[in-house]
Amino acid sequence: MDKTIDKKNIGEWLLNYSLYIVLGLMIVVVIIVDPRFLTLKNITNILSQASTRGILALGVAGLIVLQGTDLSAGRILGVTAIVSASLLQSTTYASRMYPDLPALPLIVPMVVAVIIGAVFGLINGFGVAKLHLHAFIITLGTQLIAYGVSCIYIDRPPLGAQPIANFDERYTKFVTGSIKFGSVQIPYLIFYLAIVAVVMWFIWNKTTLGKNMFAIGGNPEAAAVSGVNIVKNIMIIFLISGILYGLAGFLEAGRVGSATSNTGINYELDAISACVVGGVSFSGGVGTIPGVLIGTVILQFINYGLNFIGVNAYLQYIIKGLIIILAVSIDVRKYIAKK
Amino acid sequence: MSDNKYLLEMIDICKQFPGVKALDNAQLKLRPGTVHALMGENGAGKSTLMKCLFGVYIEDGGEIFIEGKKVHFDNPRQALDNGVAMVHQELNQVLKRDIMDNIWLGRYPKNMGIVDQKTMFDETKKVFDELDIDVNPKMKIGRLSVSQRQMVEIAKAVSYNAKILVLDEPTSSLTQEEVEHLFKIINKLRDKGCGIIYISHKMEEILQISDEVTVMRDGKWVGTKPASELTTDKIIQMMVGRDLTNRFPPKTNKPGEVILEVKNLTATYQPSIQDVSLELKAGEILGVAGLVGSRRTELLETIFGIAHHSQGEIILHGKPVNNKDSRYAIKNGFALLTEERRATGIFGGMSIKFNSIIANLNHYAKAGVLNDKKMDGDTQWVIDSMNVKTPSAKTQIKSLSGGNQQKVIIGRWLLTDPEVLLLDEPTRGIDVGAKYEIYQLIIDLANKGKGVMVVSSEMPELLGICDRIAVMSNGRLAGVENTENLDQEKIMKLAAKYI
Repeated sequence: MDKTIDKKNIGEWLLNYSLYIVLGLMIVVVIIVDPRFLTLKNITNILSQASTRGILALGVAGLIVLQGTDLSAGRILGVTAIVSASLLQSTTYASRMYPDLPALPLIVPMVVAVIIGAVFGLINGFGVAKLHLHAFIITLGTQLIAYGVSCIYIDRPPLGAQPIANFDERYTKFVTGSIKFGSVQIPYLIFYLAIVAVVMWFIWNKTTLGKNMFAIGGNPEAAAVSGVNIVKNIMIIFLISGILYGLAGFLEAGRVGSATSNTGINYELDAISACVVGGVSFSGGVGTIPGVLIGTVILQFINYGLNFIGVNAYLQYIIKGLIIILAVSIDVRKYIAKK
Repeated sequence: MSDNKYLLEMIDICKQFPGVKALDNAQLKLRPGTVHALMGENGAGKSTLMKCLFGVYIEDGGEIFIEGKKVHFDNPRQALDNGVAMVHQELNQVLKRDIMDNIWLGRYPKNMGIVDQKTMFDETKKVFDELDIDVNPKMKIGRLSVSQRQMVEIAKAVSYNAKILVLDEPTSSLTQEEVEHLFKIINKLRDKGCGIIYISHKMEEILQISDEVTVMRDGKWVGTKPASELTTDKIIQMMVGRDLTNRFPPKTNKPGEVILEVKNLTATYQPSIQDVSLELKAGEILGVAGLVGSRRTELLETIFGIAHHSQGEIILHGKPVNNKDSRYAIKNGFALLTEERRATGIFGGMSIKFNSIIANLNHYAKAGVLNDKKMDGDTQWVIDSMNVKTPSAKTQIKSLSGGNQQKVIIGRWLLTDPEVLLLDEPTRGIDVGAKYEIYQLIIDLANKGKGVMVVSSEMPELLGICDRIAVMSNGRLAGVENTENLDQEKIMKLAAKYI
C-alpha cells in the first residue's frame, strides 16, 4: 500500500515538475552539444537580453493575475521604442527623423515613452474595467492600433519607412553600458530589470493595490462584496503595465541599436510564456514576481542556447509552442478536481 | 442472500483522497419500490458514496451489486446504461440550449446520422406528461426557474428508464408546493418499483417521504433503520454520535435602542424587494424568513448597496446613509456575509491571512503601503477569537472545513468594526457541531451591541436564535413578529401571504 502511494507521489511530482525537468534537460543538452555555451559572456548576454523581456513580462503578469492577458504588449513596446529612438538619434547623423532636434536629456524621451505606454495601458484598462470587454479582445484591438501608429509615425514619404538608427552616444551607453566588478562586466540592463522587479515585488506584496489585484483575480465577486474598488484597481494595474512597456520600449531600441515597425513583434507571446512558465496562472489570482523572472530567464536561456548550437529557426518556433502547451497543461492540472 | 431482496447493495466501500479517508467501509442497501434517505453531516461522505455508485469516483475497495449482480462503473455513462441515474445538487445543464437538447445530451436519437428532433420532442413530452411537468421542451433551459430545472433533471433521469435514482438535496431551492410536486413524482416512481436514494438535510421531509434511513458519519456506516422508528432527535443523535440536547446556545443578548431603520425600500431592478420597512435594534438578532424567491437575499444586498434601490431610505442612528456600493456600506458600518460562501465569500486559493484582512486594507495602509505587523496581529485575532481550526495563518482557506471558512469570513467582517451585520445563510453547508459555534458567535455579537440580521431557510434555526423574525413573501414584508409569538406554521402562513 505504502509503496503504491510512493510510486504515485513520485509520478505526481515528476508530472508537476515536468516542465522544469524538460527545460533543464534542454539546457543540459545545449551544454553537452557545445560546452562553450557556459561562458560568462554568454550568460551576461542572456541576462541582458532577458531584461527588456523581463520588464515586459512583469507588466503582463499583473494582467494575467487579473484573469486577463495582453496581446498588445509587444506592439506597445514597438511604438514606444520607435518614438524614443526618433528622439535620440545622433545630432551628427545627416538623415535624422527630426533634423532640427537638439540633443535632449535622456529623461525626456524616456518619459515620452512611458506616457505613450501609459495611455495604451489606460485604454486597455478602460476596455476591461469599464466596457467589460475580455482582455483578449481589447488588447487585440490596441495591438493593431499600436502597430498602425508605429507605421504611420515611421513612414516618411516619399522614402517610405526607414529603420531609425544612429543613436546619440549617451543613449547607447545608458542602455548597453556595463559596470566592471572584478573581472566581470555586468550590463546596466540587468540592474534596470532588478530595480523594476523590486518595485513590482513591493507593489504586489506590500501595498493595498497588490492585495486588491490578487483579490480581483482570485474571486472578483467576493472582492466586490469586500469593498474592493474593482474598476479603479484594474485601471491602475493596466496603467502600470503600460508604463513598464514604455520603459521596456525605451531600453529595447537602445539595446538593439535601431527601431523599425517590426520592433516588438511577438514579444507579448514571449512575455506571456514567461509568465506561464513562471507559474502565473491563467485562472487568475496566482503568481509571483520571482516566478516571472525565472520564467523569463529560463526561456531566454533556451532561446539563446538553441541559437547557439544552431538549431533551425523554424524548429525553434515549434519548440517554443510546445513549451507553452506543456506549461499550461501542468498549470491546469493543479486546478481540475482530482478523482 | 436472496437475489431479489435488494435492488442495490454497496458493501464495504472505501475511498481515499489525499489526506482524507472519505469512505471507510461504507454501506447502503436499497430495496426496490422504496425511498431510502441517506443522511449525515456535511463531509460525512454521502455525496462521495453516491459518486462512487455513479462512476464519477472510482472506489478503492468494496463491492457494488445491482439486483444481485456485481457491477463496476468507470464513468457515469456506464451507470446510466445500467439503470442508475443521479440528479446532482448543482445542476449541470447547458443553459443556452433548449430543454430537450439537455435531456438527450450525449445520446441524441439519430436517423441516418442526423439528429431526430421529432423523436426527441415526442419522447420528452411523453416523460413530462407522465410526471405532470408543464413546460415546453423547446424552451431554453436557462429561462426556467431553478425548481423547474430540477424537475427537468429528474425527467431526464426517468427518461433513461433508471431503476435506481439518486436525488442529492433536491429540495434545497424548492418552495413548499414544488416540494409536494416533487414528492408526487417520487411516489409515482416508487410505485413503479424504482429504488430512490434521497439525500437531504431536512428532517421533516425525510420522515415524510422515506421508507428507510441510512445514516453516515465520518465516511462510515452508522446504521439503517425504518423511517417509522425514527424521530428528528434520533436521526441527529445518529449523525452527530452524541446527544445533542442543546442545538442552540442560551440567548443572553438584550436588544436596546433602534440603530437601523429601513423605510419603504424598493429595489431598482425588479423582481426584487418592494416597499420594505423594518427596524433593527442594537444587540438584537433579527431573523429574515421566507421561501426561496421571497427576495431575502435581495433585501440584504439592497441594504448593503450592492443592489440599487429606487425608493426608500436607510437610516443609521437617525441619519440617512447612502450605501452606493460595498465600499460606502463598509465605511458606514455595515457588513454582509454572502449566501454563496464559495462563489462570493472566500478567496479559495489565498491564505487565511489574506481572507481575513481583505475587507479592511485601509486600516493597514499608509499611502497604499501595508503594515504587515498589524495585519498579522489582526489575522491572529480572527483565528483566536473565532476559534478557527487551522495549522497556520498561511494555510489556504479552501483546505478548511465549511464551518472554519465561515468563521474566517465572519472574522473578516468583524475587523471592519461594523455596527450592522447582515448574515445571509450563515450556517449553510456547515455541520451540526460547527453550527452551534456560529450561533454562539452571533449571540456574542449581539451581546456587544451590534445589530444582526440573519437570513435563513432553516426555520428552527431562526426560532432558536432570533429575537424577532421578519417574514418576506414575494418581495414584500409579510410581517415582523417577536419570536415567542411564532412557530413554523405561522411563519409558513406569512411566507405565503403575497403568493
